[in-house]
Amino acid sequence: MTWRRFLQESGLGVLIGLAVVALIFGALIGPQFFRAANLELMARQTVIVCVAALGMTMVIISGGIDLSVGSVGALSTVVTALLLRAGAGPAIAALGAVGAAAACGAVNGLLITQLRVVPFIVTLGTMLLARGAAKGLADERRVEAPMTWLNSLLRTAQDGRGLILPGGIWITVIVAVLVALTLRYTRFGRHLFAIGSNERTARLCGVRINWCKWGVYTISGALAGLAGVLLFSQLSVGDPTVSVGLELDVIAAVIIGGGSFSGGRGSVIGTMAGAAIMAIIQVGCSQQGLPNWVQQIVTGTIIVAAVALDRWRQATGAQAS
Amino acid sequence: MAEALNRSGESPELISMRGISKAFGATVALDAVDLAVRAGEVCALVGQNGAGKSTLMAILAGALAPDSGEMRLGGVPYAPRRPLDARRAGVAMIYQELSLAPHLTVSENIVLGLEPTRFGVVLRDRARAAAQAALDALGHHELKPDAVVGALPPAAQQLVEIARATATGARVLALDEPTSSLALDDTRRLFDLLRQLKRRGHAVVYISHFIEEVKAISDRFVVLRDGRNAGGGATGETPADEIVSLMVGRSIQDLYPRTARRASERLLVVDSLSPGSASFELRRGEILGVAGLVGAGRTRLLRAIFGLAPVKSGRIRLGVYTGAATPHARWKQGMGMLSEDRGGEGLAVGQSVADNLTGSRLQGLGPGFFVMPSRQRAAAERWIDRLGIDCRSAWQVTAELSGGNQQKVAVARLLHHDVDVLVLDEPTRGIDVASKAQIYDLIDALVSAAERPKAVLLVSSYFPELLGVCDRIAVMSRGRLGPVRPVSEWNEHSLLMDASGARAAS
Repeated sequence: MTWRRFLQESGLGVLIGLAVVALIFGALIGPQFFRAANLELMARQTVIVCVAALGMTMVIISGGIDLSVGSVGALSTVVTALLLRAGAGPAIAALGAVGAAAACGAVNGLLITQLRVVPFIVTLGTMLLARGAAKGLADERRVEAPMTWLNSLLRTAQDGRGLILPGGIWITVIVAVLVALTLRYTRFGRHLFAIGSNERTARLCGVRINWCKWGVYTISGALAGLAGVLLFSQLSVGDPTVSVGLELDVIAAVIIGGGSFSGGRGSVIGTMAGAAIMAIIQVGCSQQGLPNWVQQIVTGTIIVAAVALDRWRQATGAQAS
Repeated sequence: MAEALNRSGESPELISMRGISKAFGATVALDAVDLAVRAGEVCALVGQNGAGKSTLMAILAGALAPDSGEMRLGGVPYAPRRPLDARRAGVAMIYQELSLAPHLTVSENIVLGLEPTRFGVVLRDRARAAAQAALDALGHHELKPDAVVGALPPAAQQLVEIARATATGARVLALDEPTSSLALDDTRRLFDLLRQLKRRGHAVVYISHFIEEVKAISDRFVVLRDGRNAGGGATGETPADEIVSLMVGRSIQDLYPRTARRASERLLVVDSLSPGSASFELRRGEILGVAGLVGAGRTRLLRAIFGLAPVKSGRIRLGVYTGAATPHARWKQGMGMLSEDRGGEGLAVGQSVADNLTGSRLQGLGPGFFVMPSRQRAAAERWIDRLGIDCRSAWQVTAELSGGNQQKVAVARLLHHDVDVLVLDEPTRGIDVASKAQIYDLIDALVSAAERPKAVLLVSSYFPELLGVCDRIAVMSRGRLGPVRPVSEWNEHSLLMDASGARAAS
């Protein structure tokens, strides 16, 4: 029973989808597609989307949406670079960037709970606000920063052994485990499901809805900031114009992974699988020599198909019982 | 009865329903019900909540198909398969919740779905003219066809809805509790309008709880009770209290257990609270009932007490706590509430039984702020066993359970939380008799427990239930709570007289 529930909650469908997509590209490209180096390449491609998508998973489970993650990520790269240039250590710079991003998320949460404006509109506004702030801070230029160990977060380990992954991937895995545990084993996590499933019921049950929402948008901001730090590591500069539209990839990962816009559903495993599907398509298409437009058409089809399939599965499931 | 309706010298029946039966699963909602209305007549359809009025009207309007029985409209067989069929045939329903598009104008609403068009383009002038004509015919020239409906007061919106019905050629109009959102003055004007419709040869079915209104507007009345015809006649020749007696019918059955109770300390004191202009106190070891019809304002009162709706004035003291409250605080102070809207508010039906049952109190199901699923399941299973909730496992999705079992889950939440004051809003609405009996047993056991008996505030529109389980009862009517009296001083007749305002009418 617990197994069944586990599969239900984490979305068996998306794991099957992941296997199918991987096998198709494996068949097209050959066994070298599954070599450790290639898998690691795909993992590095996807960590930035993954980290932000972990926060988005929590937001979408609570029935909300956060459109500001792309801009907040860009702001985070700028803050990291500025702090490094000002002489701060890499750890302080990264923490500062994550803190600034968390503050953006906290503002989202405050506006949503206090002004009672829907999350879509609030975060659409803060998407522009954060982008503007990033450009203002960076003086509309790229911000050069001294090289530190932050720049090697996504670099392949020097000794070349396949099992030792770049630090950024480990960070992503640890955060994913923490988010999964929070969702499943804490009051806060269970309350997020309750709010997303039926906010009126949650209110009747005495759940402090405003606190929970404030918390979830703050976490989403912080994780968008962490994604920004990883992005900085890739770019080695602070760039206020990067990750435009990142939020859409992030939302797509959550939705492919079984998250529902009406709230109450979504899982970390599903989201990670969703992000992995998109990364496989991206890497697979380019290795197969397919142009970018093919890749976009395939990804778009999969998003719609995943949601349609899920609807169909739910409808038939409801009839069967 | 059919013969009585066909007395000579009167116009023929415009709409007739004969032997209409309808069952939902094992529940018989209608059992061979007859209803007939002549052209130029207002017929009141009365009965207590759950008597089958709404089901009968849904069948008339084509929203439900009867299991058996026959309908005729103007003498020819009438069997609508969809609401649109009914509208085309000339039968219009005017519901309590108005079914207008609030962002559209009056004229757009009146012609909605039947817009005059040329090559698919709406002819706005023709539409306006048609709307104006409909409004003029009803004698309401003051209503502007270009006004946006959402900005109009309820009475004007209702008028738009009636205009829509007549503009589309409706001959039979059924109005379901049309005055529930109207002020007294607007009610009077609505009655003028209904008399006009009568003169123009329409047949009107008027559904109401309020005996005074039935007396004022209808020519004839038909009483439904437990899904059957319980009587009827000419309204003018029947005193209000005879109609009430027909609605009530039977005496209280022995469905309600009553163990010896001992009321002790005061747990809840409500002092001139608005909304509800309510004053009462609730003691440990007693059940206080609030009787009232749907829309009387009972739910608003409960929600204000529980912190879900604003308190306008007055004081509430719960145990030692006074002052403003939130649901979160109320649970902590030892009060839990059961919502009347089981699917919409009471339960998150997409979540599991365990999640719903333990939702208000996840504390203690794991160390610190953790929740261990195994402990959550164990806690849920304890109540699943105690209340005999029929589910495959504690993790089954709540939506898959029957209504009665869902309600038991909602009640079990209050037991899991172990609150002292249980606020129950319509705890047995829409559930099977076996589950009802179980909930009555449970409530009785809670208030008569030897150790720490609970206090229960019970709201219901089903009066036999209140008389069966409560120690004291107050009646709420038109937003005001009357005096609290011991149950021995009430009977079903007097409750209904107070609740329906019949005392004022006779």
